[in-house]
Amino acid sequence: MDMKVTKKKLGLKDKYKLMTRDLGWEPSYHSKDELYPYMNYEGIKIHDWDKWEDPFRLTMDAYWKYQAEKERKFYAIIDAHAQNNGHLNLTDARYLSALKIFLQAISPGEYAAHRGFARVGREFPGVGPQVACQMQAIDEIRHAQTQIHAMSNYNRYYNGFHAFADQRDRIWYTSVARSFFDDAMSAGPFEFMIAIGFSFEYVLTNLLFVPFMSGAAYNGDMATVTFGFSAQSDEARHMTLGLEVIKFILEQDPDNLPIVQNWIDKWFWRGFRVLGLVSTMMDYMLPKRVMSWREAWDIYGVENGGALFKDLARYGIKPPKGWDDAEKAIDHMSHQFMLGLYQWSFGTAFHAWIPSDDDMRWLSAKYPDTFDQYYRPRWEHIKKLAAAGTPFKNYGLAKLCQTCQLPTVFTEPDDPTLTCHRETVYKGEKYHFCSDGCQHIFENEPEKYIQAWLPMPQLFQDPVNGDLGEWMKWVSLLDGKDNGDYAGSEDQKNFEAWRGLATTNQ
Amino acid sequence: MQIDLRTVAIQPQRQAFDHLVRRFGDKAASRYQEGSYDIQAAENLHYRPTWDPDHQLYDASLTRIVMADWYALKDPRQFYYSTYTLTRARQQETAEANFSFVESRGLADMLPDAQRAVALNVLVPLRHAAWGANQNNTTVCGYGYGVVFTQPCMYHAMDNLGVAQYLSRLGLLLGDTEALDAGKKAWMDDATWQPLRRYVEDCLACRDPFELFVAQNLALDGLLYPLVYERIVDQHLSAQGASAVAMLTQFMSDWFDETRKWVDAVIKVAAAESEANRAVLTEWIRQWSARAASAMVPVVELALGSGADEAVGEQLEAFKARVLKTGITL
Ligand SMILES: [Fe+2]
Ligand SMILES: [Fe+2]
Repeated sequence: MDMKVTKKKLGLKDKYKLMTRDLGWEPSYHSKDELYPYMNYEGIKIHDWDKWEDPFRLTMDAYWKYQAEKERKFYAIIDAHAQNNGHLNLTDARYLSALKIFLQAISPGEYAAHRGFARVGREFPGVGPQVACQMQAIDEIRHAQTQIHAMSNYNRYYNGFHAFADQRDRIWYTSVARSFFDDAMSAGPFEFMIAIGFSFEYVLTNLLFVPFMSGAAYNGDMATVTFGFSAQSDEARHMTLGLEVIKFILEQDPDNLPIVQNWIDKWFWRGFRVLGLVSTMMDYMLPKRVMSWREAWDIYGVENGGALFKDLARYGIKPPKGWDDAEKAIDHMSHQFMLGLYQWSFGTAFHAWIPSDDDMRWLSAKYPDTFDQYYRPRWEHIKKLAAAGTPFKNYGLAKLCQTCQLPTVFTEPDDPTLTCHRETVYKGEKYHFCSDGCQHIFENEPEKYIQAWLPMPQLFQDPVNGDLGEWMKWVSLLDGKDNGDYAGSEDQKNFEAWRGLATTNQ
Repeated sequence: MQIDLRTVAIQPQRQAFDHLVRRFGDKAASRYQEGSYDIQAAENLHYRPTWDPDHQLYDASLTRIVMADWYALKDPRQFYYSTYTLTRARQQETAEANFSFVESRGLADMLPDAQRAVALNVLVPLRHAAWGANQNNTTVCGYGYGVVFTQPCMYHAMDNLGVAQYLSRLGLLLGDTEALDAGKKAWMDDATWQPLRRYVEDCLACRDPFELFVAQNLALDGLLYPLVYERIVDQHLSAQGASAVAMLTQFMSDWFDETRKWVDAVIKVAAAESEANRAVLTEWIRQWSARAASAMVPVVELALGSGADEAVGEQLEAFKARVLKTGITL
């Protein structure tokens, strides 16, 4: 922070205190409950907001200065990238499928986080956490915008990006990520912080961003690398906030422990399901691969997560309930998911494809216990159908999990030959789930999850009424351009032609 | 992978994202447009808030103002994160230079006692009012509808915090930590400050985001900033040999000049939308500005003594003229 001369020698901590929490006061014209009405209903007990330790000490003048510096660099690089046709440096335009999913499903999550942090930045009755949350609120709109700006130039040349705002609210697979953020925002302020501040930012963010950004770097996508690097120091602040929040809540009252543990269990599983998209990207969508999903999980999940939960054990926190089931799913999920995406690729605003022989060799090596046994045969079969001119498409509707909204394509934790399927009847209505984890989450809060908007039933309602063409119109999907197999797509033809122009003398 | 690319001209497939083409036509979109329009989820929201089950996660009916399209409330500054932070980074450089100028030349020590007292008495308690403003704008951002309306409120909230921090530094520079303690005591207990504190707390209790926007950004700040930073600091104190204070509050003066254009633009578009909006806005602005004016009288008295009534009266007239330009007659 940039505070200069004060006559008394004030330490950094005391100075920051005067710049933040000393600004607050005890209201007397309204009760605290009236001004901060959402503090009690979740059952979390906070006795002394002053015990909050500021996770970082940044006054606004310093914030503006540092952030402006980063913004200048970021836009200089993406401007140059756009001007110089930087997109032709990609390894292959197949790579863009990962980016399309990111723009349609993850960038809207950045915006949701912006609004969610603005809300908690208002609702906590302590200046310390309020300021920290507000800074995250403004950072998160930065992330949404830098991502949209970085991808804007890809949209000018490639399909699948153009309708991200429509598809955010309407297409089926984005509902996975959006329901995750809607779930967190519709929870109380404390749960929101455990969901996004702790579970997402602290536990899962490395699994999302590190593979994503290194994947971008490996595949020549400087625009994405740039927004990733530029967000890194923001993320460091967000992670320290997430950790401070959980420690603060747990230190305030022993009664908080079971509530927090329940949220950790829930949000770990919610987050793990969202990461299914990342596993597929890492194992299938990067033309040049960084590491396998299994390898990433071993480092960022097992090692880092293990250390974290060891550290939290002194508060009585246990590793999330779904941890073992997650571990058992790691060697299967990307294959199951990509097979799903391929057969439903007529309904996605990105391309899927059959892995090449080379790809399959790599997958065998990375997944020696599962790929050749369970998944190679299916891909070989699909390959034969494609070669015969009868590509495999599944026009049957995917059954979606009521909680995580993914198609129920996953297998039993202990039997990879059996699709996992769970049902709960609630108030006479039957609900479907992909896993025990999702079923438990539903059963803890059925009144919440029965409200979930499920994209498949929408198909049979106005204005779609079961007509696939109408549905495509409704989700702004251009048939034959945005969807289907990468092989033979416009993206493929254009990329190859443009790169040919740029690398030869014709 | 970096390959040598010849410079080639290739034909773009499209100019802009679909939702921007629908709004602005088939042409390249600005970064403000890309970063602001329609990026808030609008349909098929999944769950109702557990903290407010009668409403949607984003709900335009939280306010009495009704807009056919909330994206009509454009920010004339076209601030998105980048342009916002670059602008404030430049301003904080000036503020920093001003603080160092005052410090390095010992100008704070040279202030006459009477003027130093006025500066401290008036300005230091306002750091709490600025913190109230921060929370109020955070509320508007959190619960308002449509990114072009809510986004600048988050920036405004962070500005309010910046103002509170500049005022804290000013207090430390002119009167050390004792000045901050005394200011807080005055804010809590002195009769002078109670109408204003009550006003701020009433705002904190208000949950209509647009009413809060009016109460905080138009009514209160529309009177407070010109009265305090123009009349008291720039005119009154400077005329009495305390122009150093004006250097320390230049950020606030510049900021008010800039932000009022945005506030006016928002009010103007909302009022022009319908007679019903105009009536609601008129009612709100009348009520809140009358209260704000009377809350400011004892504060202005600290500097202008018996001239306070007249100063506030004049400012209220100027305020009415400002509001008239937005299409609202008070
Ligand atoms: Fe983010
Ligand atoms: Fe599920």
